Amino acid sequence: MTDQAQRMPAMPQSPAKSAVRTALGVPQGPHTLVYRHSMWVRAAHWVNALCLVILLMSGLGIFNAHPALYIGNGSDFERPILSMTAQQNNDGSLTGTTWIALKPFDTTGWLGASREDGQWMARGFPHWATLPGPQWLAMARQWHFAFAWLLVANAALFFAWGVWKGHFRRDLLPDRTNIRHLPHEIVQHVKLRFPHGEAARRYNGLQKLAYSIVIFVLGPLIVLTGLTMSPTMDAAFPQLLWLFGGRQTARTIHFLCAFSFLGFFIIHIAMVVLSGAWNNLRSMITGWYAIEKEDSRG
Amino acid sequence: MADQSRRTFVGRALAGAGALMLGGCYDLSQKKWVTGILGEVENLTRRAQHLFAGQHTLAPEYAKSDIAPVFRANGTRDPGTQEYAAHVATGFVDWRIAVTGLVEKPLSLSMSELKALPSRTQITRHDCVEGWSCIGEWKGTPLALVLAAAKPKPNARYAVFYCADPMTVEGDPDHYYYESLDLAEAVHPQTILAYEMNGEALPVAHGAPVRLRAERQLGYKQPKYVQRIDLVEDFSRIAGGKGGYWEDLGYTWYGGI
Repeated sequence: MTDQAQRMPAMPQSPAKSAVRTALGVPQGPHTLVYRHSMWVRAAHWVNALCLVILLMSGLGIFNAHPALYIGNGSDFERPILSMTAQQNNDGSLTGTTWIALKPFDTTGWLGASREDGQWMARGFPHWATLPGPQWLAMARQWHFAFAWLLVANAALFFAWGVWKGHFRRDLLPDRTNIRHLPHEIVQHVKLRFPHGEAARRYNGLQKLAYSIVIFVLGPLIVLTGLTMSPTMDAAFPQLLWLFGGRQTARTIHFLCAFSFLGFFIIHIAMVVLSGAWNNLRSMITGWYAIEKEDSRG
Repeated sequence: MADQSRRTFVGRALAGAGALMLGGCYDLSQKKWVTGILGEVENLTRRAQHLFAGQHTLAPEYAKSDIAPVFRANGTRDPGTQEYAAHVATGFVDWRIAVTGLVEKPLSLSMSELKALPSRTQITRHDCVEGWSCIGEWKGTPLALVLAAAKPKPNARYAVFYCADPMTVEGDPDHYYYESLDLAEAVHPQTILAYEMNGEALPVAHGAPVRLRAERQLGYKQPKYVQRIDLVEDFSRIAGGKGGYWEDLGYTWYGGI
């Protein structure tokens, strides 16, 4: 820690460079390094990140085999709650339409019809969003199930560890201060003012809430709705169908969960970048997070 | 200058990583060691699901009011061959269902012989691998009864179903739809050779005169236009060797998920 303090005078910086370093979250002034994330959290985090990307993209590939969502056990093909269709134009191009509650929206180029190597294709999501890129249901399913197993194995280890070591209770369970400060924290986050100094040592209330929802609500929900789509699992656990209101409803919830994960992912990345990309990234790789001394900030 | 080239490098690296991610997964999907791992995942899924579902749990059955007004017909909607058209014209009186292979007593049943056996009627949900579902009522002969009559030999492990619908692409040698189930799934109480759908004779689009229903499996595991059931120990030398028409094209043999 002393070496960082000593290095400062030796590195005179242009104002521009300094601004870039500040934006990246490279500590400018005196700071201490704290061990913020344990090895288990870091390992689980990166396995999750990989699973999330592969599962989302292969899931969109599976969805493209029948780009429509329904409510209930069966599919009412006349009344999907969401669907993506393509229509041929006179010049050979396609018009893509997304129907939400039977209302059409022109989504040409993005949803329903998009170009793949210059060729117009009728497909729900475009090739750059799916895995594999070309429409290949059999392979998309195999990637999806493989990484679903990895996600579940990772989650099982993480849950066992989190309960055993008290990670959930200590780091994720909001305390009274968190709850009282929540409205204030939401305002601060919207203004892009993030905790500094000692306050950055621990998750704030908003972080606890977001991570808890993902870990304890979205995660289990997406796994269970995924299993509900399996006819053999429905024979083993018919309660799943009752719980989610039918196989097609489960598929719809699964889809909504996937996009909630994507939303979380986007906001998470934005927060990481805005609150000091380098410092955050380092702490999730090495565990060490730089906390600036309070007096170094105006 | 240095900044410029660094920026170019970072841009290229990002674009490269993106391309690797997208194209890479496509290329990876063709690599033997990757398909090997994915095959092991399929085995893991099959074992785990067998562990939970066992041999006897039943697929959910529904009420008459749940029956879909329009049950989508997928895959072959009409085999379109002269032989099949002749069967349609004569009301399938000459249609035979043969049971062959590793059995003590090979059978060749007419439709009336099949219908003379005890039947089971079930209102179940048909789940297509594409993602949609339809509920319908099926009546047919439990496959377990037919197989019991044929007396499987101890080394019989799979039932392979041969169908009348050609799947031949122009220029290829003739081949027809086929599928396979392990014997445990083949003798499941809801696995029936269905000849009625929603109270009427099975329509051509749904596999007339007889199709398989295996209610804990996806649609592609339930072949239509069934003509022969062959009991085998191993299907690796049949057609593409993967146990079914769609399996030979890359779909998993295990179709319970």
